[in-house]
Amino acid sequence: MSKSIIRLENIKRNFRVGDETVHALRGVSFSISEGEFVSIMGTSGSGKSTMLNLLGCLDTPSDGEYYLDDVAVSTMNKNERSTLRNRKIGFVFQSYNLLAKTTALENVELPLQYNPEYTGKERRDKATKALDAVGLSDRLHHKSNQMSGGQMQRVAIARALVNDPVLILADEATGNLDTRTAYEIMVLFQELHQEGRTIIFVTHNPELAAFTSRNIVLRDGKVIKDDENKNIESAKKMLDALPKQED
Amino acid sequence: MNIGNLIKISLRALSNNKMRAFLTMLGIIIGVASVITMLAIGQGSKKSIQSQISEMGSNMIMIQPGAGMNGGVRTSSDNQQSLKMEDYISLRDKATYIAACSPSVSSGGQFIYGGNNYPASISGVTPEYLTIRKLNIDDGNVFSRQQVAAAAKVCLVGKTITKNLFPNGENPIGKVIRFNKIPFTIIGTIKEKGFNTMGMDQDNIVLAPYTTIQKRVLAITYIQGLYASALSEAVTDKATVEIETILRENHKLKANDDDDFNVRSQKELSSMLTSTTDILTILLACIAGISLLVGGIGIMNIMYVSVTERTREIGLRMAIGAKGRDILAQFMIEAIIISFTGGIIGVLFGMGASFLVKLAISWPISIQPYSVILSFVVCTVIGVFFGWYPAKKAAQMDPIEALRYE
Repeated sequence: MSKSIIRLENIKRNFRVGDETVHALRGVSFSISEGEFVSIMGTSGSGKSTMLNLLGCLDTPSDGEYYLDDVAVSTMNKNERSTLRNRKIGFVFQSYNLLAKTTALENVELPLQYNPEYTGKERRDKATKALDAVGLSDRLHHKSNQMSGGQMQRVAIARALVNDPVLILADEATGNLDTRTAYEIMVLFQELHQEGRTIIFVTHNPELAAFTSRNIVLRDGKVIKDDENKNIESAKKMLDALPKQED
Repeated sequence: MNIGNLIKISLRALSNNKMRAFLTMLGIIIGVASVITMLAIGQGSKKSIQSQISEMGSNMIMIQPGAGMNGGVRTSSDNQQSLKMEDYISLRDKATYIAACSPSVSSGGQFIYGGNNYPASISGVTPEYLTIRKLNIDDGNVFSRQQVAAAAKVCLVGKTITKNLFPNGENPIGKVIRFNKIPFTIIGTIKEKGFNTMGMDQDNIVLAPYTTIQKRVLAITYIQGLYASALSEAVTDKATVEIETILRENHKLKANDDDDFNVRSQKELSSMLTSTTDILTILLACIAGISLLVGGIGIMNIMYVSVTERTREIGLRMAIGAKGRDILAQFMIEAIIISFTGGIIGVLFGMGASFLVKLAISWPISIQPYSVILSFVVCTVIGVFFGWYPAKKAAQMDPIEALRYE
């Protein structure tokens, strides 16, 4: 069995809303090994977003322990978690969250700027390589407002790759894209998976589950389904099957 | 994140909103420029007053007979005869802090030359008087010691006198003018000095040997006053004390007797006048300072807008590893860049405006290095002070909330 990247042990997360306590997660346990491509699904209110925030070290559990790459997260303070995110996690958001009027290269460099180990030249080289990996080597100096949605999401993925994270965390990464572009992005994720990257894809769209190697379904703060997907569909095939676009 | 990167990021953010950054800066520019200009005007007035006082002789000391008592009746100092020739001689010979000393006696009257006449007063002095009062000879010569000893009927005249007695521009040297029926030969003219700060015409002056005035005009043996100059402005106080000691000794005053003379230096006059301009300067600087404060509030306002507008950016930066202090530094530097750049432009504008004031209304100005440094310090402090709160707000954001912000 390959190395476990994520280990959740009976995670609970409660929020206080007025006088009531909302139990967003009611004891979730699972672990994710290196190289898995996991989709976490659930309807709204299932605890999906809370799970994402916890996995992304943006939040800490009320109870239970979360190990990311064998590091216990729940006892870490804000600054330690910032550094942990910077070194180990790559985020991809639904709305790209690129900096406005900033070139693709500079956007991708951003996580490295918060890591003092890199010099300016190293940052540039790594960012160029990451953009190359998402197929945007000809768009290095385009500004974010000069790119299409698909290109912007590719830049965002490059930004998530640039720090060589142990985990890529995607939140509805295809939610803002049209079908064709969404497939293109899924193709990219599948390629990254084949290269051995660990990816967690949080979505409410059940169709996307077919492209991942493991499906976790949440409902009311609990895991109700956790299956390995033996029959991964190729996003590339789906893309090719789409009617050709008229330019 | 290192400071170079932070500055780069801040410059990018500001250049994304050039107009807004400029308008924010404008508050600081106007504030700093007005502080510089107002201080330059205030200091300029002060300097010009000081230089006019030193024109009159900054280390000059005046000694007058004191208002005394005569059988229970206070008498005006003009009628006092407490200063004698011996006082002049002992000051001249004994005082160590005094560079020059001259007695003074004067009389008012009408000067007549041909068909022209002009009212003025004639002062009887020694040649040292010219050094003490910083008067210079324009043409001719100062009367000599021999002429003083001989009570010669010679005089030196100022511009106002020559203008009025010789309206056709004749050379006054060698001409004989009459003062109260006594003929005086003009042997020199005094260089023009113009009006002083108090509006007194410094060229309305006629000088003659004091002996001549004592013997031939007033028929007195006492002197009406003494003028002395201290060795330097710094020892004026010591010289004053020394003069008082010598005079008290001469006048045989007991320890608890009041002085029967007054010793006054220019310092009192100078400090009185400069304190007036100091108040003016402070007032002007306060008004200018208020506009700087308003500029600072402008920065705070814009920084708030900027932080709110860039909530998602803040969220993203935090998600990918920015710590609270990175975000704090980013916004602080932005605020400091605005205020510092505004400060530099403001200083340049202020200097320009000051010179404009000088050119346009020929007001004396003086730009003090300290006012420039002060403005810079105040600007940076304003940047830090007014940038702090919005930046703190940004740094304390919850990345989850910030990323969700619409």
